[in-house]
Amino acid sequence: MSMYFTKEHEWVKVKEGIGAVGISEHAAHELGDITFVELPKIGAVVKQFGVLGSIESVKAASDIFAPVSGKVVKINDALDTAPEIVNESAEDAGWMAWVEIADVAELKNLMTQEQYDAYLKTL
Amino acid sequence: MQLIYEQSTPGRRGVKLPVSDVPAATALPTSLLRTEKAGLAEVSELDLVRHFTNLSRRNYSVDTNFYPLGSCTMKYNAKVLENAASLFAPFHPMTALLPGGGEFCQGSLGMLYDLGQLLADITGMDEVTTQPLAGAHGEMTGIMLVAAYHAARGNKAKKKYVVVPDSSHGTNPASAAIAGYEIITVPTASYGDMDLELFKAAMNDEVAAVMMTCPNTLGLFNPHIKEISDIAHSHDALMYYDGANLNAIMGKVKPGDVGFDVIHVNLHKTFGTPHGGGGPGSGPVGVKKALIPFLPQPRIVMDDAGKLLLETDKQGTIGRTANFFGNFGVMAKAYAYIIMLGREGLIQVSEQAVLNANYIKERLKPYYDLPYDMTCMHECVFSASKQLEHGVHAIDIAKFLIDRGYHPPTVYFPMIVKEAIMIEPTETESKATMDAFIEVMIEAAKTAESNPQALHDAPLTMPISRLDETKAAREQNVCCVG
Amino acid sequence: MNDSHYCPHTPEEIAEMLSVIGVAGVEDLFAPIPAELRAKTFNIPPGMSEFETYDRMKAIAGDNTQGITHYIGGGFYDHIIPSVVDHLSGRAEFYTAYTPYQPECSQGTLQALFEYQTAICRLTGLDVSNASLYDGGTACAEAAMMALRVTGRNKIVVDGCVSPFSRQVLKTYLFNLDVEVVEIAPLDGLLNRTELAAVLDDSVAAVLVQNPNFFGCIEDFTALAGQVHSAGALLIGSVYPIALGMLKSPGETGMDIAVGDGQCLGNPLSFGGPSFGFIAAAKKYIRNMPGRIVGETVDRNGKRGYVLTLQAREQHIKRHKATSNICSNQGLCALRGLIFLSSVGKEGLADLARLNRDKAEYAKAQLTAIPGVTVLQTAVTFNEFTIFLPKSADAVVAGLLDKGIAAGVPLGQYYDGSENCLVVTVTEKRTKKEIDLFVKELEVALCN
Repeated sequence: MSMYFTKEHEWVKVKEGIGAVGISEHAAHELGDITFVELPKIGAVVKQFGVLGSIESVKAASDIFAPVSGKVVKINDALDTAPEIVNESAEDAGWMAWVEIADVAELKNLMTQEQYDAYLKTL
Repeated sequence: MQLIYEQSTPGRRGVKLPVSDVPAATALPTSLLRTEKAGLAEVSELDLVRHFTNLSRRNYSVDTNFYPLGSCTMKYNAKVLENAASLFAPFHPMTALLPGGGEFCQGSLGMLYDLGQLLADITGMDEVTTQPLAGAHGEMTGIMLVAAYHAARGNKAKKKYVVVPDSSHGTNPASAAIAGYEIITVPTASYGDMDLELFKAAMNDEVAAVMMTCPNTLGLFNPHIKEISDIAHSHDALMYYDGANLNAIMGKVKPGDVGFDVIHVNLHKTFGTPHGGGGPGSGPVGVKKALIPFLPQPRIVMDDAGKLLLETDKQGTIGRTANFFGNFGVMAKAYAYIIMLGREGLIQVSEQAVLNANYIKERLKPYYDLPYDMTCMHECVFSASKQLEHGVHAIDIAKFLIDRGYHPPTVYFPMIVKEAIMIEPTETESKATMDAFIEVMIEAAKTAESNPQALHDAPLTMPISRLDETKAAREQNVCCVG
Repeated sequence: MNDSHYCPHTPEEIAEMLSVIGVAGVEDLFAPIPAELRAKTFNIPPGMSEFETYDRMKAIAGDNTQGITHYIGGGFYDHIIPSVVDHLSGRAEFYTAYTPYQPECSQGTLQALFEYQTAICRLTGLDVSNASLYDGGTACAEAAMMALRVTGRNKIVVDGCVSPFSRQVLKTYLFNLDVEVVEIAPLDGLLNRTELAAVLDDSVAAVLVQNPNFFGCIEDFTALAGQVHSAGALLIGSVYPIALGMLKSPGETGMDIAVGDGQCLGNPLSFGGPSFGFIAAAKKYIRNMPGRIVGETVDRNGKRGYVLTLQAREQHIKRHKATSNICSNQGLCALRGLIFLSSVGKEGLADLARLNRDKAEYAKAQLTAIPGVTVLQTAVTFNEFTIFLPKSADAVVAGLLDKGIAAGVPLGQYYDGSENCLVVTVTEKRTKKEIDLFVKELEVALCN
């Protein structure tokens, strides 16, 4: 399964036309203890780099941007009651939504794991 | 400490009510009545007095501690102001709105009118409305006046944006958003002010207003302010002045003279009215002539005979931003403050506020990073970046200060300064107080190097240690159940 | 002149400080302000001592007519204030502190606000309250904006029986947003429910009602709540805290958001402010609440304490995306409200409500005994009621003011065709003797 990243620190894991979306471990660490994740509604159509949801910690709030365009087909309800999952497992159990990818060509606009790691060093 | 509700005993009372001298009315239908009495406290008067007295002792305040909270102007609040304001306690605002009622309220209306005149002179504006109830409320009112101005000129659809520097108070963009505008944020340049080139690039004819604080939240006066306002005006954008930092410039420069069209004033900051643990504030708004037609109603006007009247039905007004005439009690205190200090006194206030801030800045400069090293106005902004090398954050220094009996400066604001420590001493503090504070700040810097853990552990002397804010945000226990 | 005791430095100290800074004089510190921009005039009169200041303020207050007996309300009410309210809220540790950003040295304010939020929740029967808003009118506007966020819709329906001042504030707040405000004209002093049903569609974010309303009438909005919810909208109720000592709470009614003005809770009339606004809501809406909220938590040792919470909603973090622009609220007035409610207490608030209604019902009976004076027979009221006079209420009110009686609020300027209507307020402070005198004076005024 290939994983891609945005400059705003979201990731997408692609499998059979579906992209699982979340925020990177780096982003989760920067935010600190996450207190709330606002998820999109199932069926919502998102655009690449458009707002997918938002995430809050005690002293910060930021938007989550969609790494790919498409329709939201599943959301991680567990985050409603346990947003700390994002801190514990940002790039796995802390996934936020599944998006039915509208255009795989958009993945070209994202960074690979290697590119993202290099990008983090520049920050 | 126990909550007041945890001290309740069923049936106990804290006050005896007036005895009824009329017959009991027939009861209302039960469908209109509550099924259970509201679960308020049931305590004796003495228990109540002890509870709140002991609660009050868990606060730092200006009267008990040096409180250099940047951007908040925590100056001493003269006691005579309380006495003066209480003179107006019995007057009902509706009296003035009754037919012919203005006659019976000439004192209150006259004071509001005079206060408006004084504030207009201090800020260089043509007229002031006293209706806004706090600084942010003034900002919102001011930007609504801007919107009404553009709408009246047929530009409602065209004007879409409000420009703010990234160093602005969060209330600026939040207020502009309520007034219906999108926000353009301009970064700060290395010289500590809004980047002039980026500002020019951001400006276009769709900009409705530029909101500025001057001196800004770094405590710096923008020498390009006239140029900025000229550029804004060339795009038919109005200049909004956030008066939060007015304490620095009274008698020195008037916002109206340098091109600002609208201004709000925080009476609870510059004009010495108490902050009340988070309000009440008061945020009168001053405007240039072109905006007078849009001011909120009722508007207080003076006739040829010097009588105060209420204008209530003017076309073009944005309407009403509060139920009556604003936070009158706060304005009575601010008015008394202005007439008591007078011309020379107000100038002295600004001079010594600026002197004190520069004194602290110079004395602490060797110990803390000063990202914008230049003459400041009423406040100075350090960064704890040197201390961060030892793992010590601005918040740790803040907590250390609490242990030493100081209310900490503002930390983590403005957001453009990493680990910001924003110090505003105000003019009312003595040199001895500031010297003692400076020594403790130096001690904190030294402790950051020698024993960072001591700073992480602070505070140790308070009734409680550091609190788990994450738990509070996740669990949201905001009311006592039971 | 350099004699202000509010600026304490001696000339020697100033000289010492200037030398540390490395400038010759204080004026040098203002060098960053370009010379051509400096103030050319500053026409503030010379200062004076605190004694002269107080005398001046006393003279100004003296220009108001003293000793008027109030039968006016309109959102502000002449109620008792227990002595403890002034004394305890006047503790400098409360009134000279600011927003409790540093919880360890602000537990007094924070716990008091938590207790305040609890009082508001218990009074309104709702789950969550914030730490106060500015006043009752702005609270209506904030609640409406909250409903717009919650529903994503763009229409607010307002009962015309809501205070005209609050309606104006609401309209002003929304005037430059893409939001439609629909007003339902009152029907015999009550909500016109047929008219409301006709406009209640899936574009409506909220319906705003007031209980008791501006005419003084009490309504049961329980059925309305169901209707509003079926349309996917929120029901907002503006309520009068003293009346909640008796009336069905917003929570019991099924309202989603309750707002109101807290002046009646221990805050003096003070020519219109400061008072405070309150807002309470169902828990699911907490993230859309405006303003400060205090939450309970524990410290490092597991000890209970209080902090400002859910700050990520607020302007200092979320800037233009914040739920509101409010920063300073009316903390001290909310504290007065808490002390008032804790002093009066559970039984006392119920008694106080009853006392208000008893006085008002007595006054109503006496006033309607005057030939030509009537009330709406259908209207059930609390401590305010509307009477119909045989002549213009404006002239009657103006005449009685000369006798030191503020007889009520004439409705003519707020509702077309209501020139003869007068809303009379009678609180617990009005004695039978005062009421009897009022009745007598009104009778005389109507004969003239």
